[in-house]
Amino acid sequence: MLLELTTETDDASDLGFLLHKHPARVQAFEQSVGVAHVFYPEADERRCTVALLLEVDPVALVRGKGRGSRDSAFSLAEYVNDRPYAASSMLAVALGRVFRSAMAGRCEARPELPGREWPLEVRVPAVPCRGGVEAAVRLFEPLGWTVRATPVPLDPQVPAWGDSRYVDLHLTGTMRVADALSHLYVLLPTLDVAKHYWVGTDEVDKLVRAGEGWLARHPAREEIARRYLANRRVLADSAVARLAEVDDVLPDADDDSVAEELPEDVPTADGDAGRDGTATPDGAPSRDEQASPGGAPSPDELATPDDSVTPDDPAATHDVEPGPEPTRAPLARLRVDAVVEQLRAVGARSVVDLGCGEGVLLRALLREKGVERVLGVDVSHRALELAARRLHLDTLPERLRARVELAQSSITYTDARVAGFDAAVLMEVVEHVDPPRLGALEHAVFGAASPATVVVTTPNAEHNVRYPTLAAGSMRHHDHRFEWTRAELAAWAHATAGRYGYGVELLPVGEDDPDVGPPTQMAVFRRAEEAAR
Amino acid sequence: MTALTVPALSLVVLVGVSGSGKSTFAAEHFGPFETLSSDFCRGLVSNDPNDQAATAAAFDVLHHVAATRLDAGLLTVVDATNVQQAARRSLVDLARAHDVLPVAIVLDVPEAVCVERNAARTDRGFGAHVVRRQRDQLRRSLRSLSREGFRTVHVLRGVEEVAAAVIERQPLRSDRRDETGPFDVVGDVHGCRAELEELLGRLGYVVEHDAEGRPVDAVHPEGRRAVFVGDLVDRGPDSPGVLRLVMGMVGAGHALAVPGNHENKLVRALDGRQVQTSHGLAETLAQLEGETPEFRAEVRAFCDGLVAHLVLDGGALVVAHAGLKEAFHNRASGRVRSFALYGETTGETDEFGLPVRYPWAEDYRGRAMVLYGHTPTPVPAWVNNTLCLDTGCVFGGALTALRYPERELVQVPAQQVWYAPAKPFVVPGDAADAGDAADADGAASVGVGARRDPGVLDVTDVLGKRVVETALHGRVSVAAENAAGALEVMSRFAVDPRRLIYLPPTMSPCATAPDGPLLEHPTQAFDAYRADGVAQVVCEEKHMGSRAVVLVCRDADVAASRFGMPPGVTGVVHTRTGRPFFDDARSEALLAVVRAALDATGSWDTLGPDGAATGWVLLDAELMPWSVKAEELLRTQYASVGAAARAALPAAVASLEAAAARGLPVDALLASTRSRLGNAEQFADAYRRYVWPTDGLDGVRLAPFQVLASEAGTFETRDHLWHLGVADALVAADPTGVLTATRRLVVDTGDPASVAAGVTWWEDLTGDGGEGMVVKPLANLTRARKGLVQPGIKVRGREYLRIIYGPDYTEPANLERLRSRHLGRKRSLALREYVLGLEALTRFCAGEPLWRVHEAVFAVLALESEAVDPRL
Repeated sequence: MLLELTTETDDASDLGFLLHKHPARVQAFEQSVGVAHVFYPEADERRCTVALLLEVDPVALVRGKGRGSRDSAFSLAEYVNDRPYAASSMLAVALGRVFRSAMAGRCEARPELPGREWPLEVRVPAVPCRGGVEAAVRLFEPLGWTVRATPVPLDPQVPAWGDSRYVDLHLTGTMRVADALSHLYVLLPTLDVAKHYWVGTDEVDKLVRAGEGWLARHPAREEIARRYLANRRVLADSAVARLAEVDDVLPDADDDSVAEELPEDVPTADGDAGRDGTATPDGAPSRDEQASPGGAPSPDELATPDDSVTPDDPAATHDVEPGPEPTRAPLARLRVDAVVEQLRAVGARSVVDLGCGEGVLLRALLREKGVERVLGVDVSHRALELAARRLHLDTLPERLRARVELAQSSITYTDARVAGFDAAVLMEVVEHVDPPRLGALEHAVFGAASPATVVVTTPNAEHNVRYPTLAAGSMRHHDHRFEWTRAELAAWAHATAGRYGYGVELLPVGEDDPDVGPPTQMAVFRRAEEAAR
Repeated sequence: MTALTVPALSLVVLVGVSGSGKSTFAAEHFGPFETLSSDFCRGLVSNDPNDQAATAAAFDVLHHVAATRLDAGLLTVVDATNVQQAARRSLVDLARAHDVLPVAIVLDVPEAVCVERNAARTDRGFGAHVVRRQRDQLRRSLRSLSREGFRTVHVLRGVEEVAAAVIERQPLRSDRRDETGPFDVVGDVHGCRAELEELLGRLGYVVEHDAEGRPVDAVHPEGRRAVFVGDLVDRGPDSPGVLRLVMGMVGAGHALAVPGNHENKLVRALDGRQVQTSHGLAETLAQLEGETPEFRAEVRAFCDGLVAHLVLDGGALVVAHAGLKEAFHNRASGRVRSFALYGETTGETDEFGLPVRYPWAEDYRGRAMVLYGHTPTPVPAWVNNTLCLDTGCVFGGALTALRYPERELVQVPAQQVWYAPAKPFVVPGDAADAGDAADADGAASVGVGARRDPGVLDVTDVLGKRVVETALHGRVSVAAENAAGALEVMSRFAVDPRRLIYLPPTMSPCATAPDGPLLEHPTQAFDAYRADGVAQVVCEEKHMGSRAVVLVCRDADVAASRFGMPPGVTGVVHTRTGRPFFDDARSEALLAVVRAALDATGSWDTLGPDGAATGWVLLDAELMPWSVKAEELLRTQYASVGAAARAALPAAVASLEAAAARGLPVDALLASTRSRLGNAEQFADAYRRYVWPTDGLDGVRLAPFQVLASEAGTFETRDHLWHLGVADALVAADPTGVLTATRRLVVDTGDPASVAAGVTWWEDLTGDGGEGMVVKPLANLTRARKGLVQPGIKVRGREYLRIIYGPDYTEPANLERLRSRHLGRKRSLALREYVLGLEALTRFCAGEPLWRVHEAVFAVLALESEAVDPRL
């Protein structure tokens, strides 16, 4: 991966003094991922270009992780990836190390140089840039750069594939070299939204330090912070990711068990283009993670005062991170409220949440006085781990802890553990089940578990036309196997109720649009003899 | 000498005061692990066997161990004084909870002897007063023991009787495992004597009559025996006639029988007790009025003497009137008997006022076949290796028998509706089919239609640490965390388990080439098979596509009846992890191509069981192009690498060239950067071979290379040239060009010239960028001294490996570092997955229940989630 910095001015080669790198020498700096070479393709009094070429060792990249070569078990993507070529966080790290004092604005030999504004050109030929050319413009232009970014075709021999996610980036502007380096240091990984190392809490400090003097005034600072800190989920160790890979599927594409649902995004796409950056496949935020500032109530509300979360609790740290803006539509909340209201109405004292995800509903149920026992079930082990974290299971007071359990299971299998509850909830779950498997779900829920009450919510497909950014005929989430109209839900609900001896009532959730109905629809099943009581 | 009989599975409670010789008695008559001593348990929990303060904790341990043993079906002896009723009551409760019989053996030894023995022991400080107190308690106990629930009470009086006693273990009455059949198991007769005679005739029995022309016995010339599932009487026209015949057969050793709830009630009625005579008992009693008192007495004795369930044929067959869950097999208790007679009910009643029965068969996971009656069903349907044989003869249905072990149904239709049912008994439209099938020799094959699993799977069938027994390779373990990962993929992405009867195994590459410009070379594959003693191997072209498993049914009827497929679906094309390749329409189009080729080649017949056609065929195949399945991966991962390289490296080369022109020492860096640019181009060339556009079936290719299974069974012992021959014929018969042949070469591993030819063949394949080849033992399934040999070893081409190991893997320095690969786990995984896949197919073909098939298929998926170097 390559970065070139050029200045065209009188005494251009003074750039060498400022960078502490002699224009007549070729220097190499060992990095953890390979070797950073610094050389000058041109250097005279009129024009001077310094090149930083980071030569990534792809074999060492993997082996250097200390996980050993013996039967290493990570994803193939760790072996074959764009890191040796694309300008990303690795290049930023090398930049920060190799030009450390220049970036800090220090030059003891020529103290007047750091303060000088230089006419500068920057070229980075392969910048992974989520959001395309516009994102590059949006991030660099407010800092005084003129941006020319050319998309790189994905494969010239397969034109149908269109452009890749890389741009050939040219920047021109007049500014201090330290500022230019600082901009690149922060914004290159920001454009990428994929870091080669785990994002820790010290990243916040790092960002604040590196962006000193300009980040606070940047109009897209929220987006920058979010993208810079985007926590690319490391999935290589999960069995699900491995199985996806066995079938040549992108692991991230499958791991939407905790992904945000589109309906929350669509109606609120109020020009916040940064949300693109958090969309699937690899930036998918979790349902709650992004909502903590203003969305669903914090899990702390569950805790009694003497159970306050300790500062070093990893689950608590997300609250201090500048997460995405609280743009979440209230639909998810309306849905939880609607479900809880139904459970309250039937007086359910024990509830099993089938497909609980990260536990949004579980949390609401734990606040319900009348609910004595809650079981959250999900097929995704990862979702359950997150639910346990969100619910603070390990620190809940004992009497609260005793009310909630989590278990991995699947709604297409019968499971004795989900039987014996007053009510079962399938909140936004059925649409993730292949239609041919609905029979198995019906048997497991209505036949085998057979609670007195079953609450089902699912999108109302008719309402999709109200989402301007949702292409006609497409569904709200890539994993939805179907989305029902109100009539389709009614048909399924009545047939199922009839087969298993339930009565059913259909209700809207969210504003009931006179033409297309509510965004979410709900079916409340009551076992016949219960309903008769 | 006193022989004390003890049921072979029982909880034996020794009763006797301290010093009466219980431990000595137990050691003499029972195995060292069979006896649980309270003293020993006191020692376990307190380090002191005489610490009376530890008694409560010691009994907790004792009860826990006893419970665990009884669960496992092991006779257990409790060595404690047990002179107090409360202590004994808890043991009786324990026995009942595990449905075993409690037995008491009392050692009634004179007090003086006990006191003397205790005094002689240095470790025990019991005074005479303790012994005296215990003696008093024992004396009081003796009167009440049998009332406390002990089914057998043996009292040994005096030292001599204790010394002379021997224990005789008696099998349970239900335990008839030594009876191995063959059997003809007959459903509920309910007084339908004429139909019973007809059925026995169809089954090949010769009915014998008494002087008055009444049937009194039936004999099978081959020595087969009938087994009656109960409810011989009530409702029908001639219950006495049925009883006379069945009693004769049982008496003569030509039949076995279990009682039904109707026999149970009849006994009570004959005993003169007040019973409701509804549900047909009145008819029976009226009919019996015409018989002699002696006959009625015989009937009473016969019905009363029947054992509620029978375990036959080494434990492989269980017969009980209302069925029996596994935990109750060969157990004895009131609730076992009640379950066997009446079944378990949910406590609810249906709209006809009849009890709703708990569907125990859906949960049944036992290995034994369970045959039963009790609940009339229009068509017998296997549910998890259980079958209800009551087809409502008395209600106008049919009288049904199952030939065991053949699993063939034999039916005769009712001559008329003899009795109106409380709940409409629907004789379905396909009853005619059953009648047709039961023609000629009267045998209806348990094939299509009869084998309808409910498709109910339970999480306990797959979750947690599991061990799958395989016929080929013993026990294969699946770790709980792997099962957890597989559950999500199976639930969210795989096709319906009823159609997912197989998943293909992973395959190991050959050992790494020790030197040269290649990581993999055919020599290592040939060497490996030669070392295993495999003389002939077949090299098969490795297609540049995705593994596809193709289940194709001959028609929609087979698809519906054998696999529960919905209308319009006649098969499945799925990936290595069970995902469907296509939507239904495209899938059906591809299946139509395969079906047409199977039609044209007459393969339905040639691949069918002896002399019959198969209704379905399962093919192992490769589906091309790879981009059909993996376009997203190709774009996001592979093409992106190419794009980034194409953007970055030429710029870097230009920059370095400028530096070189200035005289800077960048030659080495320039050379390596140019080399990387070349590698990146070759990398792009490599993945592009896997990409071409498709539209519907246009551009799609399917290369079948193995017949996995059909109704005839599995084909792993047919050699690979046979398999490829079938594939070639299908390709030749396919006018669409979708089906594609697999190039192959047979190599003699002992012949250097042949091996060299194999190497050349591979070089030609991969020289054009081909993916490589798979080397397999020609004979297919092959065992060597060490066990099964690898079913295949892949040898991948140099350019293909570039997309696996990265564009620069061929740089000599990289190649040397990459040579240290560890293949052990991959090889082991490949073998384990291979045997699991075959196990799944074998189970499916044998008609085993869905959960058994799914267990093995699921295990393949779980193993695939194991952490193994993904580049192998």
